[in-house]
Amino acid sequence: MNFLSAFLFAGGACFFAQLILDNTKLTPGHVTSIFTILGAFLGFLGLYDKFIAFAGGGATTIISNFGYVLYKGAYLGFQEQGIIGLFAGLLTKGSCAIVGAVVFSFIFVLIFKPRD
Amino acid sequence: MNTDEYKKIVDRLTPKENKSKNALLAFFIGGLVGVFAEGIVSILIHCFALSRTEAYLWTCLIVILISCFFTALGFFDNWVTKAKAGLILPTTGFAHSVTSAAFDYKRDGFITGIGANVFKLAGSVILYGILSAFFFAILGVIFYG
Repeated sequence: MNFLSAFLFAGGACFFAQLILDNTKLTPGHVTSIFTILGAFLGFLGLYDKFIAFAGGGATTIISNFGYVLYKGAYLGFQEQGIIGLFAGLLTKGSCAIVGAVVFSFIFVLIFKPRD
Repeated sequence: MNTDEYKKIVDRLTPKENKSKNALLAFFIGGLVGVFAEGIVSILIHCFALSRTEAYLWTCLIVILISCFFTALGFFDNWVTKAKAGLILPTTGFAHSVTSAAFDYKRDGFITGIGANVFKLAGSVILYGILSAFFFAILGVIFYG
């Protein structure tokens, strides 16, 4: 059941993203940015928590989750430390994706030769 | 030739893609990525006794590792071109953009090449993610306390 909802949620999000790509002049950079902002907005509305409860890994794997964890980090940062927590906490939960991408890319770029 | 005529010609000559086929393919591939991630989450929870939150973080990292690796091996570019939004919208697209930027600019050196360009594509996601999260967090504090 979890797998079905993961499939439907992640697939549905990609479906809409593809419709935007094909029917407008927006580039993949626009679309991923829009979905990230949308994730932060849905996190603000409290809906993204429900999406994760519904679709599990399907909801945490799309880029909207990045916006959501940034929102969550900033919001919880404020709860713990006040205004400075907004700044200090924002990247805490989103750190995993950025650090992972940077570290693995750098390791691979050292090992593998660039293709032409 | 005025701009209108030029625009018409561009519209006519831009190759038409099969939109419904693209969307269904993105749905299917994106769904498979979601199922794959949920599969890793389940394995981590049941075999490694992780909490759901930790399992999500590990899954995020594993998905990123796999897409960086596939990009480094070279065939992931073709996959992304074919699956389009199905691989761009998941975290795979983020990792792919960082790794391919690193590879594209490797010949320009570590600072002016990789350092200056590694976030060339992923930068907008990080920038607008931070800005929107900051803005909505302030709204959240105002609304929910």
